[in-house]
Amino acid sequence: METLEQESKKTQNFTINFGPQHPAAHGVLRLILELDGEVVERADPHIGLLHRGTEKLIEYKTYLQAIPYFDRLDYVSPMSQEHAFALAVEKLLGLEIPIRAKYIRVLFSEITRILNHLLNITTMAIDVGAMTPLLWGFEEREILMGFYERVSGARMHSAYFRPGGVQKDLPLGLAEDIRAFADRFPQVIDDIERLLTDNRIFKQRTVSIGVVNAEQAQDWGFSGPMLRASDVAWDLRRAQPYEVYDQMDFLIPVGKHGDCYDRYLVRMEEMRQSVRIIKQCLEQMPEGLVKVKNYKITTPPRAEMKTSMEALIHHFKLYTEGYHVPKGETYTAVEAPKGEFAVYLIADGSNQPYRCKIRGPSFAFLQAFDFMVKGHMLADVPSIIGSLDVVFGEIDR
Amino acid sequence: MDTSNSLQDLGQFIAKEIGTDILRWSVVHGELMMTVEKGSISRILPYLRDSETLQFSQLMDVCGVDYLGRTPRFDVVYNLLSLVYNKRIRLKIEVEDGMSVPSVSAVYSSANWWEREVFDLYGIPFEDHPDLRRILTDYGFEGYPLRKDFPLTGYVEVRYDEEKQKVVYESVKLPQAFRTFDFNSPWEGMECAVQALEPKHTEDGREVSE
Repeated sequence: METLEQESKKTQNFTINFGPQHPAAHGVLRLILELDGEVVERADPHIGLLHRGTEKLIEYKTYLQAIPYFDRLDYVSPMSQEHAFALAVEKLLGLEIPIRAKYIRVLFSEITRILNHLLNITTMAIDVGAMTPLLWGFEEREILMGFYERVSGARMHSAYFRPGGVQKDLPLGLAEDIRAFADRFPQVIDDIERLLTDNRIFKQRTVSIGVVNAEQAQDWGFSGPMLRASDVAWDLRRAQPYEVYDQMDFLIPVGKHGDCYDRYLVRMEEMRQSVRIIKQCLEQMPEGLVKVKNYKITTPPRAEMKTSMEALIHHFKLYTEGYHVPKGETYTAVEAPKGEFAVYLIADGSNQPYRCKIRGPSFAFLQAFDFMVKGHMLADVPSIIGSLDVVFGEIDR
Repeated sequence: MDTSNSLQDLGQFIAKEIGTDILRWSVVHGELMMTVEKGSISRILPYLRDSETLQFSQLMDVCGVDYLGRTPRFDVVYNLLSLVYNKRIRLKIEVEDGMSVPSVSAVYSSANWWEREVFDLYGIPFEDHPDLRRILTDYGFEGYPLRKDFPLTGYVEVRYDEEKQKVVYESVKLPQAFRTFDFNSPWEGMECAVQALEPKHTEDGREVSE
């Protein structure tokens, strides 16, 4: 007995290194975990392994050249981020974009939301042991990325939302195909839900894991589904509507417990609401221009360039020098799929941003990871990381 | 216009409550912005968070800005959000090169990493910060990359050395000199564009949208 006690006194916490290359880390996350047996005492995330100096690079690019960097931040929801930057630049320029462009932006923001949530839910499921949702979900993601490709030419890094509107109008037949998708997709959500929502193993791995109450969620700067799962009904699309969200009819799902399971449920319901918004967009979308007809900001039509010298000059100047943005600063936020994605943009009157701070939602989620994981088992670490919905492109920038 | 009026009222209210710690404030582009005394930030933030009529319960972002050539050289910017009143406010403090700033991570937990980021990228130290390490840059990195006098290409580059069987750091070698273009050409095009942006431009945009 005595020897046992002495031995137990001698036990020490031990530290393990998790990542940076680990399938459950959702990217290049290096975690230093201090374990007491199987219980996590402290987690120290080391980030920055994907740091590319985006903010610095943007300071050396024109406003148009900065757009593609935003696709590469959170690379599973590219258009939402272009959206924040485009809105910020438009705010400084005092631009009002055509109504059709607004509808297209909302339409593709919601497609992006489905893209993101499909990835997050299914990879979280695979982390806790369910493989089928991933296979089903990625089939749908492929279709959605097909829409991306048809509208912008690229499956992921689209550079489609630009200051002044969107790059091109929807090609013929795309609206019908998106509608057909929106009619069929709720069935897929049902299928995935049938596999997960009442699944005993899935619930054991997620219910009451990583609980965050409303107060803590606010203290840690949470936003998006992470905040809503903690019973705070806050959605920028409703609270500070941009584009045409004020004309859309949709519900904001909230969770009651703030655990991993609630976050999963909130994301599931958000996909259904996104489908509703997509349908409304397609119904209400008027004909018209998709970018402002100010050739100091947006390019003239190709046909015009063949005949008009003025148009050719505008084209040349736009793609070499770019446009100048008047002095000023703005903090513009959008409700990206993960949460509040904001751009704090300072313009000094030249053609390059003076400072462009990118506020990604995952950064705030990951810094709360230590507090969420404390006292949980090592096996809960992947469920919590999965439910955080982190993508390293935007954390490391 | 309604929102910017109410922001004016809010600004006046806060300016009256806090008093001389506020150096100046303004409402631009429908956003409330206040420049405050550096030392007072750790008093002002708890007030903004806990005051019943404000309830700025979330600190959304902390970031640094480098105004090279200005004294004081740096700004540290805090973006706050009130969920209850659906309002945002932006607080700024001005910091000299080499001076430190009181940490607010005891007020908002979310400030912790953002302050580490500001420290990492701008070299502004935070007093009483629980864990002031570098966060985004490489282990053993030197210099503060987002300062305006830090070159875009950096100082060192990394490669795997086959002979030494390890990753080695070498100073940057540029086969082609780094090119900076003088975008502000003397050509008339730009002057026109800047002027065109002002009032005429919004009308154009509106006309199109209808």
